[in-house]
Amino acid sequence: MTESKEITYIKPGGAIAALDLAEIWRYRELLYFLTLRDIKLRYKQTLIGVAWAVLQPILTTAIFTVIFSNFARFDTGAIAYPLFALSGLIIWLFVHTSVSFASSSFVSNANLVTKVYFPRLIVPIAATFGTLFDLVFGVIILIGMMFYFGVAVTSQILLAPLFVVLGILVAVTFGTLFSALNVRFRDVKFALPFLLQVWMIASPIFYPTSLLSEKWRLVFALNPLTGVIEGFRSALFGSAFDWTLIGVSVGSLLFFMLISLVVFKSMEDSFADVI
Amino acid sequence: MQVIKAENLSKQYLLGSRQPNSVREVLTGVFARRSEPRHTLWALRDVSFSVSDGETLGLIGHNGAGKSTLLKILSRITKPTSGRASISGRVGSLLEVGTGFHNELTGRENIYMNGAILGMKHAEIKKSFDEIVAFSEIEEFLDTPVKHYSSGMYMRLAFSVAAHLDPEVLIVDEVLAVGDINFQKKCLRKMREVGESGRTVIFVSHDMASITRLCKRAIVLNHGSIVSDGPVEDVVSEYVAVEMGSRSERIFADEPQAVQSESVKFRKVRIVDADANTKGSFDIRQPIGVEMTYEVMSDGEILIPNLQLINQERVHVFTIHDVASEWSKRPKARGTYVSTAWIPGNLLAEGNFALNAAIVSYMPNQKVHLYVTDAVSFNVFDPMTGDSARGDFAGRMDGVVRPIVEWETTSI
Repeated sequence: MTESKEITYIKPGGAIAALDLAEIWRYRELLYFLTLRDIKLRYKQTLIGVAWAVLQPILTTAIFTVIFSNFARFDTGAIAYPLFALSGLIIWLFVHTSVSFASSSFVSNANLVTKVYFPRLIVPIAATFGTLFDLVFGVIILIGMMFYFGVAVTSQILLAPLFVVLGILVAVTFGTLFSALNVRFRDVKFALPFLLQVWMIASPIFYPTSLLSEKWRLVFALNPLTGVIEGFRSALFGSAFDWTLIGVSVGSLLFFMLISLVVFKSMEDSFADVI
Repeated sequence: MQVIKAENLSKQYLLGSRQPNSVREVLTGVFARRSEPRHTLWALRDVSFSVSDGETLGLIGHNGAGKSTLLKILSRITKPTSGRASISGRVGSLLEVGTGFHNELTGRENIYMNGAILGMKHAEIKKSFDEIVAFSEIEEFLDTPVKHYSSGMYMRLAFSVAAHLDPEVLIVDEVLAVGDINFQKKCLRKMREVGESGRTVIFVSHDMASITRLCKRAIVLNHGSIVSDGPVEDVVSEYVAVEMGSRSERIFADEPQAVQSESVKFRKVRIVDADANTKGSFDIRQPIGVEMTYEVMSDGEILIPNLQLINQERVHVFTIHDVASEWSKRPKARGTYVSTAWIPGNLLAEGNFALNAAIVSYMPNQKVHLYVTDAVSFNVFDPMTGDSARGDFAGRMDGVVRPIVEWETTSI
């Protein structure tokens, strides 16, 4: 029986530990329950929770439509402006909500962090997953709108989930990064809303990237959301994929994932002491 | 087999606000050469020990002695600054009851949530779900959000989940003091079962009674280091003795004003156990010896050692003097003598006692040769094994003495 016993080794921190995916897998039930808790608390408590998730994309789309298709008149090609805006918005709103939610996840779970061991990465991931319902509601609204506008879907739509997954990865990446920074630097709380605002303007949510020159398009593609949103739209509405743009965005996403992991791993050992 | 092995575990904390808390502080910190040295605190310093399979170890120490830090390191909540440790077997750690409980969730949801947080598998929780509910006595409110629970119900539910944690190594911080008396008893019984079931347990408590009851071995931490390690009774008595500031031995030659009269002087007064070891803390069941060493400087007087026992409320409990030995009637010749009085076990109540020591003569004239107040002191504790005058009662028992008396009950 002694052979099969698991052995826990306790060593000083310091070196950036490898990302222990096996450990996270072992704690998948905790991830599941934390996610479930967040979902329940978000949507169960009040009707507003659900209503908010539905109303936010609809109202924002309406406002964008009034402003940008009547006054600014962005050329969104064959895609009706409300659909164009909504498809970008549901990704953005999800990223926005989950990054803000995840950024405070350690602070709001301080009692867990100081009293129990588990792979710390679970906290921001659960917080991100906890807002997934926003995305689900958004997709439902989007599908309804697509029927309403009579969009002819092509086989490209099969790639849509890929971009949704990339969108989730963007949310996890930045949620994790800000959650770790927030433990140490409480001014993240003040800086984040501003950063998110800039990020939104820098993402092709209410304007198409076709407005930009070729060179600027690639600069904008450094924002991982640019490729995700553009790719998502191409998949939905059957327009040609801009693989260069998507490639740059995915590369940039990988870069940010690495940064986020390095920052997180270098800080996680001290969470229980600092929080 | 050694289940837990800790080698030179140390943990250093940076004190005060010197750690930058905002980006601005970090930036200014980079430019301002560190003017103030950082204050550091070793919460734990070179702590090494090992625990073998099935052993129950109690951790004792003041607040800030490093107990919690040690538990946190062993539970992997925080990392040591240096040193290492290994634990073989599944570790369950319980530093708090009800970690992760959420007010908005129902009792049922919280059971699953809390179980997952404590590292239980969903299947395990499911299996012991009914037991948990029964143990907690909250069946009717299972589907009510816990925010509507009374604090007693809340704690009962929380403890019940924790009590059904089934690891090979259990690390428990002071979590027993929950609920009403009956529930506390239930918890203690459960804890004892855990200890007796052959699991390895590390248990922290301020309550010496529960430590002695639950553990076989104890470690005392002081300022982050281990100061003693051994069988629980020895360690606890030593700790209590130091704690109470009792002075179990007093050597008079060391003192500037040696206590002496013309005919006799004290050399030493000490409290001893049956094996003649100096001791400051006694199991209530054990006899307590008071040993007086004195030097007689002139022949021919009948010198009677005399003791007054004072308890912590300054009640004079009793006075004793030698009436039994041959020397009670016989004059002592010059020389050094040792007299020991034995206070029987199961006589004194728990608490701290001080002794006034005297040498007196009654014949031919009454005369007090020597009199030292608070010469020595000691402490009496009840390990609550059930065979003292307490029986199984765990509450407060008043009274200056606590003898075991014969009871006779007949039905008439």
